[in-house]
Order: sequence, then structure tokens, then C-alpha cells
Amino acid sequence: MPATRWSAAACLAVFVSPWCLGAEFPQNRLECLAPADPGGGWDFTCRQFAASLRAAGVTDQSMQTINMAGAAGGVAFAHVVSKRQGNDGTVVAASSSNATRLAQDQYPGMSAEDVTWLGTLGADYAVIAVREDSPIASLPQLLDMLKSDVKSVKFAGGSGVLGWDQINLLRVLSQGGLEPIRDVVYLDFNNGASAITQVLGGHLDVVVGDISEVNAFREAGQLRVLAVLSDERLPAPLENLPTAKEQGIDVVAPNWRGFYAPAGLSDADKRFWIDAIDRVYASDHWQEIMQRNGLMPFHVTGQAFETFLDDQIDALRQTTRLIQQ
Amino acid sequence: MFDFLIQGFGVALTPLNLGLAFLGALLGTLFGALPGIGPINGIAILMPLAYTLGLPAESALILLAGIYTGSEYGGRMSSILLNVPGDAGAVMTTLDGHPLAKKGLAGPALGLSAVSSFIGASVAILGLTLFAPLLAIVAVKFGPAEFFALMIFAFASMSAMMGKDPLKTLIGAVLGVLISTVGVDSGTGVLRFTFDMPELYDGIDFVVMIIGLFAVSEILLMLEHAFRHDQDGEMAPIGRVMVKMSEVLYCKWAILRSSVIGFVIGVLPGTGASVASAVAYTTEKRISDHDNSFGTGNMRGLAAPEAANNASAAGSFVPMLTLGIPGSGTTAILLGALMLYNINPGPMMFREQPMVVGGLIASLYIGNVMLLLLNLPLAGVFARVLQVPRWLLVPSVAILAFVGVYQLHSDLMAIYLMLAIGVFGYLLRKFGFSLAPVVLGFVLGGLMEENLRRALSISGGDVGILFQSNLSIGLWIAAALVVLVPMFAGKLKAKFLPAAKPS
Repeated sequence: MPATRWSAAACLAVFVSPWCLGAEFPQNRLECLAPADPGGGWDFTCRQFAASLRAAGVTDQSMQTINMAGAAGGVAFAHVVSKRQGNDGTVVAASSSNATRLAQDQYPGMSAEDVTWLGTLGADYAVIAVREDSPIASLPQLLDMLKSDVKSVKFAGGSGVLGWDQINLLRVLSQGGLEPIRDVVYLDFNNGASAITQVLGGHLDVVVGDISEVNAFREAGQLRVLAVLSDERLPAPLENLPTAKEQGIDVVAPNWRGFYAPAGLSDADKRFWIDAIDRVYASDHWQEIMQRNGLMPFHVTGQAFETFLDDQIDALRQTTRLIQQ
Repeated sequence: MFDFLIQGFGVALTPLNLGLAFLGALLGTLFGALPGIGPINGIAILMPLAYTLGLPAESALILLAGIYTGSEYGGRMSSILLNVPGDAGAVMTTLDGHPLAKKGLAGPALGLSAVSSFIGASVAILGLTLFAPLLAIVAVKFGPAEFFALMIFAFASMSAMMGKDPLKTLIGAVLGVLISTVGVDSGTGVLRFTFDMPELYDGIDFVVMIIGLFAVSEILLMLEHAFRHDQDGEMAPIGRVMVKMSEVLYCKWAILRSSVIGFVIGVLPGTGASVASAVAYTTEKRISDHDNSFGTGNMRGLAAPEAANNASAAGSFVPMLTLGIPGSGTTAILLGALMLYNINPGPMMFREQPMVVGGLIASLYIGNVMLLLLNLPLAGVFARVLQVPRWLLVPSVAILAFVGVYQLHSDLMAIYLMLAIGVFGYLLRKFGFSLAPVVLGFVLGGLMEENLRRALSISGGDVGILFQSNLSIGLWIAAALVVLVPMFAGKLKAKFLPAAKPS
């Protein structure tokens, strides 16, 4: 029976560990809800996590990915809140997009407290980039241009209005002293690549996206990164990209990938999943997936994750208010 | 320069990959033929399977690409046989395909569409091989203003369809545009016509729309006939099964023109098979419909959209492989499949993953030949579907449609919506509306609005931006010509070519 085998192995592996004190293998069927259609980012998170669970030796059972698209994750969130309470076999792929939606009350009648936040498996940092031959050389210069004429620079991004890309941009601009930020011209496209194409074609000036979206175009010599919204410079080979922080604008925007679970889990259930995420993150299998997909190190679980998420939601909420005033 | 292709054929011609290409072609044909399943669902169903089976990236992509191109072939079957398009790109195929089947020419119609599909796809794959990196530059030139002008051109082309009843075509298109506005407005986040139902936030799904409009209304019509004890078997007996060479030759220019149109439109991100087949059909009607027989079973009216939708399927690989932009809903899922294999499409892909790109393109060549070989002999078999009594056939299709739509959304709301749209479609048909303009209005309307608003927010509300680039001016002129020329050409023709007779 896998449950006992796993517990025993876990206890052996680390002599006195919290899970010996009662992490329990889930009773319910293992399922990962992807709040998007196959092929989307959340679907990717689920499927790669499921594969890594086995590779990391957490379980030899297979975890099924269930696609539940709709309302930018709202359909799955509502489903978990109303129908899956206490289900210990279910995890749901999540990202900063959930934080944005929660900050803007776009899951009607629900809040972050209605689910159990488990942890993250890496992050994709937001970047601000221009065409290689653009006259804009740095973030301060961009801000100066905007301050003298807010319509002189036009932005493209892959998220909707008040979505992740736009909010990050506005956080940077308002931090840089631009006011009011409401008049900034931002156009949303269906995905990051489409937004980038618009900038390549010269239809728009600056693209806001995640480093994984931008990087191939940077390597091809078509885009130049003005600023990465990370705490420190990214690991090699991206160590030459300047952060916003070192240009005097302290905005950090990790687009994290992680999971939440239904509310009403016992501590033992919670511990099982947090430990599973820890072990997957530490596995070679996952590290390779991160490297190939441009995911950067970003691993917080349990209480630390909840604190981080509260802060992120707070920051997003404040920026949203600035625009909606 | 074509090393990657030679390498690619090396990859694609291994027994496993040949088998997968065949499997993909076969399954794709079936998925396309079954209304409601279509390429998006087909790939969505098989992608996780391919991944779980541990197929290498090239092999998985070959399988999925086979399904994609195969379903463009399959989509025509139910269009021709049942007047129910199997997928989005097959809507225009109903216009002349189904009348042909009613005349007893189901077999030749299926055969002709297979040949047209083959040629369309071949032209496009050749274009993909030769010009992909070059075409990426063209795709980049299309900003919001250019896309808006393109949509205007597409709407202008529709005026060619206004043959019998211009007013009803216009109303139909407007209704389609109206339906496209349901959902969260992308510009401002305002909810439009959602009636507080979260299920409507994302707008109305294309599959739900097509299946409701065509399949459900078809069933309702049949029910009505059954109630009134009408003669239901209006279908002519199946005569000849194979398409004649002379028929193919009669359509040769239609096919070639439409292949090019389909490819070019396929290359532009965000458009896809439905727009391509519509523009090809209407262009062909303009050029070669001398006796006003389009819509009543003209072979060219069938060949044009079929060549175009297959060409656009291959064309949409251009932005996907070179820029990482999905040119259609289906390529969006294919992109996801690539990412599952840790391959990030984009400008570096041709350089970094020549095996994958080459293997994919080579498999498109191979798959296309397989599809022709598979579909020509099957035309006769499939034509026999018509011998199944309609009271059995149509409900079976309906069940498949219901299952397909439900599996897409896992939500009963989608089914109710489909039924409501079905009743709406039934009423439209009773009032003598054609459904194709409604669908086109629906597809084009959303794209047109989105791009107009983007263009205007770039310019700060100045309409001048719509006429700034040569590309958009060209498209505006083309749109104007499409509407104006026939008005004068009709008169000129009557003067100079009194003896122009249909061949």
C-alpha cells in the first residue's frame, strides 16, 4: 500500500520530521485542476507537477489533470470553494493571475481565505522591453519621456485590462513618480507573443511581459530589456539584464507558479502537499523543467506563502485603486 | 538552407512517425467529421495521451499536426452530407456542398473537396517551407489598423453573397456581430450582455455557436417535417461515386486562387480557416459565378472554401513557428503541446530546434498525401451515410454534438446556450435567412471591434491612423473595389460579352 510505504520512507529519510508526526497520504483520488484549456500555463503546471510527483518519488499513483477553464480561473476557484471542501486529493494550479483577480474582487463573493494556499514551484519575472533599435535606453529615460508627454510612449502587454502585465507596468510608473498613471496608453493582446509582435512591427513602443516570453526575442537580437522586476539580477545567462530596483524603482513582480487546495484540510493533509511541493521543487526533474522554460528560483510554502500572497494582493489592490480613482 | 527539411524527412520517415502521421490523419478525419469534436477538441483529447505515452516531441507534434490537418479534411463531410459543418472552417462548404449532395452528387462532391483540400494544403506547405521566415516579417507589419482594414475587406467581400436577398444577408451579419459582443469587454473590462451569468463572461464559444446554429436547427427542422408528415427523403439517390477529372479541371483556377488566399490569411495571426474560406468563397463567386449558380451546387463554390481552409491551416503554422503566435485556436493548443515538451516557439526555433521544425513540416507533406489517399476512396463509403434514414442520422449527430460541447466546457450551461442558439437558428431559417453571414459576422465582428479600439487608443482617438500605412490603404482600396466593381462590371459585361456562357 503506497500510503504506508511512503510514510515509512519519509520517516527513514529524515529521522525526525514533521510528517512522521502525521502527514497522511490523501484518501481521495489525486487530481490536479487546471483552470484553463489544455495548452495553457495552468495546464502546463498541472501536467509537469504530476509527472514530477512520480519522478521525485512522492507517489507512484498517477495524478489526473482536469481542465476546468472559464472566467480567468474563476470557474475553478468557485468549484473548489463550493464543491471540494475537505477533499484531500485535489490541488489547483495557480499563479499571480489569481492574486490579481483576488485583489480586484473578480471572483465574486470569494476571497483568498476560502482556499488553502500550499506553495510555489518557481516564478517567471516581469520585464519591460523595447525594440532593439528603440531610442529608449533606460527606465529613468522612459519615465522622463512619459512625464513630459504621457502619450508619447505606448505600451503593449499580454494580459487584459488591469491584468498582471498592466498592473506591473503601472506599479513601476507610479513608483517612478508619474502622475496620474490613468492616462498611460496600454493595449492588451491575447498573449505575450502577440504583444511582442506589435512592438517588433513598430505599432507600439514598449512591451510588458514575463522573461520567458521575451527571452527568445532578446536572444534573436530583436528586443532589448529595459528592466527586470526582480529583487536581484537573474541567474546566468541573464545576469546582464538590469533590474528596476538598481535603476531606483523598487518594484518586484515574480509571476509565481504554484498551487492551492480546498479549504477544510486537516494539518496532516496540508503537510502532505507542502512536503510534496518541497520534494518536487528539489528534484532534478523539476529543476530541469524550470531551466528549459525560463522559470526562476522562487520557492515559498505554507505560512510563508500565505504572507507573501497577502502582500502581493495588497500591492496589486493599491495599484488598481490608483487607476480606478 | 533546407538542411532542416532533409533532416526533417529523416525524422518523419521512421516507421513510428509514419504510423503516427497515418493515425493522426485518420483520427483527424474522424474528429473533423463529427460535429462538435473538431480539431481543437481532438488535439485536446490526444495531447495529454501523447505526453503520457512518453512520445518524443517530434513524434507527438507529428501526431497532433496530423489531427489538425486531418480534421480540416474531415470537417467537410458533415457539411456536404448533412448541412452541418464539422468545424469552423467548414461553414462555407455547406453552401454549395450540401446542394450538390441533394442533387445526388455526394460522392463526387466529397472527392472534389478532397482534391481541393490536397492542393490547397500542398500550396500552403510549400509556401511555409520556402517563405516562413520572410512571412514572419509580413505578419509583424500587421498592426491594429491593418487588421481592422482587413476585416473591413472581409465584410466587403461578403457583399458578394448578397445574391438573393441583400437585406437578409446584411441583417444576418449584423446579428452575428451583435452576438460577438457578449462577454467581458476586453477594452474596459465592462460586462456586456452577460446577465450576471459567469458562464457568459468569456463570450459565446465558437463551437457552441456553430453546433447550435447548424446542427440543432437542422434537427428542429426535421422534427417539424416529421410532425407535418412531410416527405423527408428529399435526398436524391446516390449516383456516381467518383469525381471526374473534367470536374477537377473545371475548378483548377478556383482551387489555385483559393489556395493562395487561404495561405495568406492563414499566415496572419488571429484569423484562421473560417475567415480564409469565407474570403475565398466570396472572391470566387465574384470571379467565376457567371450564371449565379453559387449556392445551388456549383463545383467551384465547393472547391474554393475547401482549398482555402486547408491552406490556411498550414499557413497558420508560420506565425506559430516563427513568432510563437497562435494563428488559430488549434495552433494555440499545439503551442501548449510544444511547451509541455519544453520547447519555446519563437524566432529562435528554426535555429535551435531544426529537428522539430523540419520533422513537423516534413510530416505535413507526408500527412497531406496520406489524407488524399485516405479520403478519395472513402468518398464512396461516406456518401453512403446518406442512405441511413435521416430520422436516425440526425439524432446521432445531435448526440455527438451534445457530448462534444459538454466535454469542451464540462458545463450544462454550454448545452442550454447551444439549444437556445439552435432555436434562434431555426427561426432564422424559417424566415429565409442564410446562416453563413451570421457566423461570419460573429467571427469577424469580434476581431474588427478589438482592432478598431486598439488602433484608436494608439492614436488617441484620431481616425487618421486607419489610413496611415500603405498596407491598410491597399486593403481599403481592395474593399472598395470589391463592392464597387461588380456594380459596373455587370453593365460592362452585358455590353461586351453577351455570349459569356458558363462552361
